Amino acid sequence: MRGAQSAKWVALAAVVALAATACGGGDSDSGSNDMNKGSADPNGILTAQLSEPQNPLQPANAKESQGSRVLKQIFAGLVDYEPGTGKLVYVNAESVTPNKDSSVWTVKLKPGWKFHNGETVTAKSYVDSWNWSANVSNNQTNSSWFQDIKGYQDVHPDKGKPKADKMSGLKVVNDNEFKIELNSSVSYFAYKLGYDVWAPLPTGFFKDPKGFGEKPVGNGPYKFVSWDHKKLIKVRKFDGYQGPNKAKNGGIDFKNYTTADAAYSDIRSNNLDWIEQVPTTALTNYKSDLGKRAIDEEYSAVQSVVPAFYTKQFKNIDPKVIQGLSMAIDRDTITKTVLHGSRTPADSYVARGVIGYKAGALKEQVTYDPAKAKALIKEGGGVPGNKISIQFNADQDHKPWVDAVCNSIRKATGVDCVGDSKPDFQADLNARDKHQVKSMYRGGWVLDYPVNSNFMRDLYGSKAAGNTSGYANKEFDSLAAKADKAATLDETVKLYQEAEQVLAKDMPAIPLWFYKVNSGQSNKVLGKIPYGQDGDPIFTDVQVKKK
Amino acid sequence: MGRYVARRLLQMIPVFIGTTLIIFLMVHVLPGDPIRAMWGDKAADPAQVASLRHEFGLDQPLWRQYIDYMVNLFQGDFGKTFGGRPVSEEMGMAFPVTLRLAAVALTIEIIVGIGLGAWAGLKAGRAVDTGVLIFTLIVISMPVFVLGYLARFIFADELGWLPPNVQNSMDVEQLLLPGFVLAMLSMAYVARLTRTTFAENLRADYMRTALAKGLPRRRIIGVHLLRNSLIPVITFLGTDVGALVGGAVVTEGIFNVQGVGNLLFNALGRREGSTIVGVVTVFVLVILLINLVVDLLYAVLDPRIRYA
Repeated sequence: MRGAQSAKWVALAAVVALAATACGGGDSDSGSNDMNKGSADPNGILTAQLSEPQNPLQPANAKESQGSRVLKQIFAGLVDYEPGTGKLVYVNAESVTPNKDSSVWTVKLKPGWKFHNGETVTAKSYVDSWNWSANVSNNQTNSSWFQDIKGYQDVHPDKGKPKADKMSGLKVVNDNEFKIELNSSVSYFAYKLGYDVWAPLPTGFFKDPKGFGEKPVGNGPYKFVSWDHKKLIKVRKFDGYQGPNKAKNGGIDFKNYTTADAAYSDIRSNNLDWIEQVPTTALTNYKSDLGKRAIDEEYSAVQSVVPAFYTKQFKNIDPKVIQGLSMAIDRDTITKTVLHGSRTPADSYVARGVIGYKAGALKEQVTYDPAKAKALIKEGGGVPGNKISIQFNADQDHKPWVDAVCNSIRKATGVDCVGDSKPDFQADLNARDKHQVKSMYRGGWVLDYPVNSNFMRDLYGSKAAGNTSGYANKEFDSLAAKADKAATLDETVKLYQEAEQVLAKDMPAIPLWFYKVNSGQSNKVLGKIPYGQDGDPIFTDVQVKKK
Repeated sequence: MGRYVARRLLQMIPVFIGTTLIIFLMVHVLPGDPIRAMWGDKAADPAQVASLRHEFGLDQPLWRQYIDYMVNLFQGDFGKTFGGRPVSEEMGMAFPVTLRLAAVALTIEIIVGIGLGAWAGLKAGRAVDTGVLIFTLIVISMPVFVLGYLARFIFADELGWLPPNVQNSMDVEQLLLPGFVLAMLSMAYVARLTRTTFAENLRADYMRTALAKGLPRRRIIGVHLLRNSLIPVITFLGTDVGALVGGAVVTEGIFNVQGVGNLLFNALGRREGSTIVGVVTVFVLVILLINLVVDLLYAVLDPRIRYA
């Protein structure tokens, strides 16, 4: 009997071992599949990963990435950005021009554009859409995007019911032209217009916004076909589309996946053409699993550690101390080992690919130098209590790098450092909003629009809504205000670069690294899938191989 | 019997109110504002937050929210998700899927579990018995997710017998693999339970009598032995249905099944009180009803048990 039992074990082990080796062999085969071979099928259908969008598909209601991914295909806005450089590209707009002090903008539309139901896209389609979306009683999560426009306060008061249903700053000149008057000068206003919220809406929308959210009608490169909840969203090429980004494939099937693991196993077996992000467990081996089909792309987002300036510990801290802490973090090693190359060390407050990003804006501050770090902290009077903690949410994969950062700080400076784990993102946000962070917290920022102001004013302005650390610096505030009022975009960008140097001295946050997309594509896709700066593929440019 | 059933049904009312109240309180005790969290790392717009909180009734005092919820519930309204869809619709999509998955799992459990247990019990002490013992030990000691990934790796990725993910959650064939994984753990318990009662009852007086009467072996084992041995197994299976329905979270996640487990998991992440309370309310009802059915089944299996 003993013998029989051990034989069983051996057999079991053999099965597992065989399976494991078979796996290695099979995968390298699929990896060598040449993705540039073959010709494109203009009507080929692409399949892509998606989780269930949280909200109905209304352009101003997609705060999360999933709904936004679909909306971006169905709607075409006034402008878009050139991938890589972030330069403005006109889509539905013929021109967007400011007056002298950038407080009144004139938008001219390309005539003859149609919604998918045949209705013509006019200036009114835009103005009505914005007025509706900005209205507080329509509960659109992105309504604050309209706050630059004059009269926003009337449709979106801080408290109570709206006083008007139209913003006074929006004026239709004729079918193809309208004017936007702003509360104050914003030299980069045209750049904001690339976001989903600024999409036009057909008249049918206002009759039944809710029903429209289930069956959206847009003006974009793809038209909406069906939404089978939690299973599939189908969009197909719109033949009447006149924009520069015409679809090079026949359409997209967005398939629902509950976990990254599930999606990953489908991309390995070529059941799916694109996944959002490989699961953390596969980060070490996805490149050997997928071969050339692996995607490794940087996008414009930054992660940092932020001191809570309202705590006793950091209230009157000498910035030298934070600089010292920053220099005690070995970014190169951590991104390579703990994060498996899925991030690149940050060298500025502004993410790469954004207009105004300056390579090496932070130099010393982000260079690992334990001796200097120690000296700086000592010079600055040391860390009160000689101990810091980094708050993070445990429902995402933050613990490994938080531990690594802490280790690095502890080893280099002798300052004790521990992770302060909150069970989930909600609890983490709660502590940040209520100013209950004990010492430092994890911060992150993905671009809204590719101008450096987005990475500074919205985070470190003393009155910015995104400023949850209590940081305030008058010099920075006045520079930012000056930059917003500047006559040209170049000037604005330059002034913000100056402002970044103020931040470099003050260290309101310790930038750690820029994000990367680690993803994969199937062997049915021709060539590499191109990416935009927001970390999402440019689906219209993806080509499907002819079968 | 009728009075017993009526009494049991009446008892469900306080249990039902108590559990919903507890869940309701628990959801609200969790830190974090669900509306604020829609904005994530980015700054939220206070006016919009206030407007949304009002829409979902979150600006009311807690007792008021609970009463409103219960009043609506008795009118068949489970409230709506933060996306604005009715919770009843969400549950209407998720529950059939999970019930199907649970049915697949339960069938596997019953056939394989009782079969294995009976086989081992009849051959107690011999190689087969030890083999089953070792097999069940391995299965019991393995966490579900290990089992799940292993099963997918072997049967889907390598052998290619079954699809790795469930694309259509209503297709029973696609549910086989997750159903098998879900069944594994309880199946081991069922096998062990059956084996023990079988081995014990083999030596019981009525077995000797039946044997002495000269009944055929098939009848002795199939009717006398099986029926008497099933009582503890049925009890276990009864409680297990509840566990299957509720405990499918991990399995559903691994195999991409759009069932209740997933619905609950996502709702928890969003602190969507209406969905959480709704799902758990249905859970409670399912478990209460199944327990009642199990108790009634005793009487069917063993005529000595009577309910007054």
